[in-house]
Amino acid sequence: MTTLEAATDAARDNLIALESEAVHIFREVAGEFDRPVILFSGGKDSTLLLHLAIKAFWPAPVPFPLLHVDTGHNFEEVIDFRDRVVEKYGLRLVVAHVQDWIDDGRLVERPDGTRNPLQTQPLLDTIAEHKFDAVFGGGRRDEERARAKERIFSLRNAFGQWDPRRQRPELWNLYNGRHRPGEHVRVFPLSNWTEADVWNYIAREGVDLPSIYYAHKRKVYRRDGMWLTEGPWGGPREGEKVEELTVRYRTVGDGSCTGAVESTASTVEDVIAEVQASRLTERGATRADDRLSEAAMEDRKREGYF
Amino acid sequence: MSSLLRLATAGSVDDGKSTLVGRLLYDTKSVLADQLDAVQRASVDRGLSTPDLSLLVDGLRSEREQGITIDVAYRYFATPKRSFVLADTPGHVQYTRNTVTGASTAQLAVLLVDARKGVVEQTRRHAAVLALLGVPRLVLAVNKVDLIGYDEAAFTVIAKEFAAHASSLGYSEGSVLAIPVSALVGDNVATRSENTPWYTGPTLLEHLENVPVAPDPHEAPFRFPVQYVIRPRTPEYPDYRGYAGQIAAGTVRPGDEVVVLPRGLRTTVERVDTPDGQLEEAGAGSSVTVLLADDLDIARGDLIASAADRPEVTDAFTAALCWLSTKSLQPGARVLVKHGARTVQAMVEELNSRFDEQALSIVEGPDSLELNEIGSVKLRLSEEIPVDDYATSARTGAFLVIDPKDGDTLAAGLVGERFSALGGSEQE
Ligand SMILES: Nc1nc2c(ncn2[C@@H]2O[C@H](COP(=O)(O)OP(=O)(O)OP(=O)(O)O)[C@@H](O)[C@H]2O)c(=O)[nH]1
Ligand SMILES: [Mg+2]
Repeated sequence: MTTLEAATDAARDNLIALESEAVHIFREVAGEFDRPVILFSGGKDSTLLLHLAIKAFWPAPVPFPLLHVDTGHNFEEVIDFRDRVVEKYGLRLVVAHVQDWIDDGRLVERPDGTRNPLQTQPLLDTIAEHKFDAVFGGGRRDEERARAKERIFSLRNAFGQWDPRRQRPELWNLYNGRHRPGEHVRVFPLSNWTEADVWNYIAREGVDLPSIYYAHKRKVYRRDGMWLTEGPWGGPREGEKVEELTVRYRTVGDGSCTGAVESTASTVEDVIAEVQASRLTERGATRADDRLSEAAMEDRKREGYF
Repeated sequence: MSSLLRLATAGSVDDGKSTLVGRLLYDTKSVLADQLDAVQRASVDRGLSTPDLSLLVDGLRSEREQGITIDVAYRYFATPKRSFVLADTPGHVQYTRNTVTGASTAQLAVLLVDARKGVVEQTRRHAAVLALLGVPRLVLAVNKVDLIGYDEAAFTVIAKEFAAHASSLGYSEGSVLAIPVSALVGDNVATRSENTPWYTGPTLLEHLENVPVAPDPHEAPFRFPVQYVIRPRTPEYPDYRGYAGQIAAGTVRPGDEVVVLPRGLRTTVERVDTPDGQLEEAGAGSSVTVLLADDLDIARGDLIASAADRPEVTDAFTAALCWLSTKSLQPGARVLVKHGARTVQAMVEELNSRFDEQALSIVEGPDSLELNEIGSVKLRLSEEIPVDDYATSARTGAFLVIDPKDGDTLAAGLVGERFSALGGSEQE
């Protein structure tokens, strides 16, 4: 066997192991919880999550509904994709519109117009309203160093909060999903995947993604070192110059704070090559919300964010 | 050679575990520019002249404020030779449960000592936990050799003392390697140091890239905990009934004779299914769906096992517990046992003994088991379950002890007489 073949074999084995682990986690939750739900935004990690859930229960349908916390600051391509997927697999989708919380005064718009931090309250309210007891998220430990500290089963108190000091030991592949009434467990089946694993698996399985993950022409303007695009969240301020560039998105979140990266990667193979060569993490390259402070992600997680 | 190595750090507080992990990531170019920028900025804020690489892994605010690790950080990196899943664990005794978390799935542990202090109480505690869990290989990283003038004699004394200790815990000579390193400067981490010409062994990274790791237990008898019953009842699959799970040990093929436990129903494997097609054979670690020849009543929690080599089915067994809770354990305690996909009520009938991990001796008949102590107990269960000895089949010999009142995980449980393996048996 050549070195290249050995490396290819190794990479394939690694993906099979990651898939088996995720499938195991989905089945544990189905066996132990009454009302699980999958967070689904149409982004790549949640699309992968759903793909794995479908495999875990095949040929039976996925026994959970989906939940999308919709900031209203969406990319049209992603919402179209979300709705097509829901339709194709005959799933039930619950949508919590952040706008509803703003309209009735439970939330107020932030001066900077960013709605990412506003997702937490609608998420927690919806979990409580539907009595969801297990909430699948697409978070990965390689995204960010506070996430690197996360368990696969992460216990949240009645206020949805994460307390790193209270996390249970997580031994072997035995997961303890016990929780008190009102508490719930966040479950992260993709914990051990890296961004490269995600793309390699997407290529192997031929997983369909929203088109904005691939190179396209877009009118963008520069703010805080990121390429933002015009949308319902606003547009360029005075002095911010609009240019048309060939870009793609590495992550998809609230449109007001998700940056595009300049890229000509128009196929999944191109993207894999690009990710491998990148000198920036996906969040570092594209998310203004993580740059707020040294502990921005930890603070949001403590409040009940994904 | 296996392509993936799962490893964990261990050792006393401040011995340099997180710095070593940061150094490994940095020297293998696994740190991206924005992560390094963040660490550089934080180091400057703290008045440091060089970047503090432990900040790459100490990701919680309180960890950075106190300069210690509180919870496990998982990091992933690769070299052309191998991929690594690395768990950086805390050294502080209060967070030993997190160390056990990181070590429970490790194939190798890097146990650090501070070259100025040598083997200390916490080193011995972690070594005992690693031996109990059966982590097959150890590296003793004698760290901070820059602070002892790269003194060979001091290194040799520590390496010898630890080798003797590890051997008493059941580690063979070939399974332990001592390396003089400086996590801060980088000596012998990824590059051979000119400061230690007397050391001729591999660098830490070379060793991690080349060390043989035990493959998944494919040779072992087949064990398959049923997690979930798949019954679509759709027009396309009106009669499909499959048993979904992850193979805990051994392999399975269509036609294999199996037994469904605890009830002991015998049948044959008809098909091994996945969404990507039927398999000729599937091995340990694979998540699959098994279809059986007979229509039996099988539910989550049952175990499908090789008919020729089946586990014991019992409602009472001896087990070692690694106690992870501040609530102490007294004989007579009522607990829950989670084993495979089954959770049953249990009573701790007897607290036989405690392993003194400092003196490597056995203390008979203790009154209680306290936080971080290792004990041997006799458990009585409310129903019979199929169990293996942890030493022969870890995944079906491992269990959780759970507090029925609040759901907390109280202990890591290992079926069998583990103390004899820990070398404490002579003193019995
Ligand atoms: N001189 C010297 N200092 C070191 C070396 N390795 C680590 N240190 C210092 O030792 C201190 C503790 O390092 P950490 O890496 O945080 O130790 P740790 O083992 O991870 O500590 P806990 O996780 O809290 O148990 C820091 O100030 C490091 O800079 C070394 O090789 N040489
Ligand atoms: Mg540390």
